[in-house]
Amino acid sequence: MTTAQATAAPTQRAAASSPRRRWHLSEQAQTILLLLPSIIALAIFIYVFIGTTFWVSLSNWRTLKPDLTLRQPLFATYGDMFSMVRWQADLRNTLVFTVFFIGFALTLGLTLAILLDRELFAHSFFRNIFLFPYALSFVVTGVVWRWIFNPETGINLFFEVLGINGLLHQAGLGPLRPGWLTDPTIVAQVNSVLAYAWPAAAGWQMKWGIPLAMVPVAIAATWQLSGFVMALYVGGMATISDEVREAARIDGATEFQVYTKVIIPILRPVTISVFVILLHVSLKIFDLVYTMSGVGPGFATDVPSIFVFEMMFKATRYNLGSAAAIVMLLLVALVIVPYLVSNLREES
Amino acid sequence: MWLKRFAISFSIVLVLALALSGCAAPAAAPAAATEAAAATEAAAAAAPAAGGELEVFSWWTSGGEAAALQSLFDAFSAKYPGVKIINATVAGGGGSAARGVLQTRLAGGDAPDTWQVHPGFELLGQYVEPSYVAPLTSIYESEGWKDVVPSALLDLMTKDGEIYQVTVGVHRGNGLWYNKKLLTANGIEVGPTMSVDEFFAAADKLKAAGVTPLCVGDSGIWATSQLFENTLLGVIGPEKYKGLWDGSVRLDDPDVKKAMETYGKMLDYQNEDHSALSWDQAVKKLMEGGCAFSSMGDWAYGEFVNAKQKDNEDFGWVSHPGTAGSFMIVADGFVLGQGAPDVENTTNWLKVLGSKEGQEAFNPLKGSICARTDCDRTKFGVYHNWSMDSFAKDALVPSVVHGSAAPADFQQALNDAVTSFVVDRNVDAFANGLVAAAQSSGFGK
Repeated sequence: MTTAQATAAPTQRAAASSPRRRWHLSEQAQTILLLLPSIIALAIFIYVFIGTTFWVSLSNWRTLKPDLTLRQPLFATYGDMFSMVRWQADLRNTLVFTVFFIGFALTLGLTLAILLDRELFAHSFFRNIFLFPYALSFVVTGVVWRWIFNPETGINLFFEVLGINGLLHQAGLGPLRPGWLTDPTIVAQVNSVLAYAWPAAAGWQMKWGIPLAMVPVAIAATWQLSGFVMALYVGGMATISDEVREAARIDGATEFQVYTKVIIPILRPVTISVFVILLHVSLKIFDLVYTMSGVGPGFATDVPSIFVFEMMFKATRYNLGSAAAIVMLLLVALVIVPYLVSNLREES
Repeated sequence: MWLKRFAISFSIVLVLALALSGCAAPAAAPAAATEAAAATEAAAAAAPAAGGELEVFSWWTSGGEAAALQSLFDAFSAKYPGVKIINATVAGGGGSAARGVLQTRLAGGDAPDTWQVHPGFELLGQYVEPSYVAPLTSIYESEGWKDVVPSALLDLMTKDGEIYQVTVGVHRGNGLWYNKKLLTANGIEVGPTMSVDEFFAAADKLKAAGVTPLCVGDSGIWATSQLFENTLLGVIGPEKYKGLWDGSVRLDDPDVKKAMETYGKMLDYQNEDHSALSWDQAVKKLMEGGCAFSSMGDWAYGEFVNAKQKDNEDFGWVSHPGTAGSFMIVADGFVLGQGAPDVENTTNWLKVLGSKEGQEAFNPLKGSICARTDCDRTKFGVYHNWSMDSFAKDALVPSVVHGSAAPADFQQALNDAVTSFVVDRNVDAFANGLVAAAQSSGFGK
């Protein structure tokens, strides 16, 4: 230490006495210089490209040859897009998928975290097991769950083998053989309800409701991400000291009440973070849906990202694909920006 | 301390090794497109060998297709041994993945020497319009191909008097394949042609016997779009069908609507799990006796051959109901890229493709027939001879599902409209949607 200090001191004195021999930057300048490459990269690859995409969405580019002249009236492409049955189905499907996915993932993740917290039985082994699906790529998950949900050769065979169909047959009911991803049914259709506000709604081609085919997709996504949610909750619960639990127990809370009235409310920041992360995953989801069911029967599992992909590269309608991409960006920003703002405000 | 240093230096070595293996240009083997681009750049950077190179871009990666492509390479290499062939393929059925890669390369100015194209709108709209390809009329004249290629096919490749593609193989889109043993067991005979009424009569008989009449594998939707376009051809006839694509017939014409209703009726006879199966799984189901009929192009023939089924014993074929006398062209060919780095090699490649020997080597392996009408019949089996007879004398029509008859955005709009129709069977919405799409695409009135 002393040697280092001794050698440092002469160097500094030498630097102070001959300022032109060593180019010495201030702390702030060094920081800026270090960040500059990242800033430039972000500026070009994100913000300039967002601007370009927005321009393309307003342009006339709808064949393989680029045509960047603006289309008049200016937002006509957006108008066309929102009047497409397919895009409306995408928005409906995203809403349904988000609700199911976040609902299942949060519940399952929290339940697994609580079970691990109880330290019942080989908990560190199970902690790893539950987290493994997160390491897989969505493509792998999509293909495997597609096989599982195949109505002829997948999970439906279990219902046969386990005797469930036999019991149902005896009860006089039909067999349990859901169509899963091939089922075009839309339950809880609200078109007739919407008809009170918009009389034309009764005759719409687009049915607002819950597409049943979206449920298997939500199940597959939950399987993949609930381990991640569980890990976040486990981390959150580790910060809760035993004293809090002891205090609750002393006050007469049952174990169940300790969890519902004390632990889960303390974990609210974690819940909010998890909610935001899952929300932006579900808004942008592509590879899972594409490999699992594609567009689905009657657009039951179509999502905006698949729309962007098909409109851009199959239909070569670059302006329409870009418009859809900009709308997706706005949807995600609607969620992320308030969250970031509130986070930054908390920190400052 | 030394352990830490060892760990650090080991990690650095590992990172360097990964970086080097990622940057190294792989040998000319079927590779993903990015690797193909890197290979081209690396190969171009190195001094070209005597004879130069030829980069061939296609999506022929599976079994018979890859073997057929290799036969073309062998035929080419026999004539021009000094040329290095770069086989830039991108896997993905029907070119769904390849087209995106190709579009990116063309927009980026890194065009391959030659690439696989379907004639018709895909060629003329996507590649000729933006001047991505060079005219080949001089090759046609010097090789005398105008006499041997049917004029209907030539029209699909011609714009303003110039021909832009050499077609190497032709598939038939309007086929109906059936499980002969299953039909015979149910007392149904199929003659040399089948009308729409005969089809429904047979289908009713099968349904009554508890057999699924029609197998459709519409995962990816194009197979059921093809069923629609075949039915459309069968109901309105080839002349009116061709009229749809130049705007002289509207897509909400009463005959077209009748075809849509017929298509909807056909869908009542299809298998329940149609949206979970791909087209080849549907054909497999037919072979296993799960259903009797499947409407599919003659690339399905390869599936039967691979399963060792016998022509006219285990399976049979007939034109799609009502389409006897028409031949729906689903053809593959190659072009000369504008600004291709090896024009002479590419020209020679195209000459090999269009030659009798090249096509006779390629087509038996691919399962298609020659684009020329003078190929040696003995090299082909029973089915292909039947198809070649049809090609020589029937009305040749382009297929919209395979990109020939209409631009890409209409093709997508048709697929989307069919997706909705399969579920809601709303003929008016279907027809109106198609009319709007045709107008927005530029060819409809």
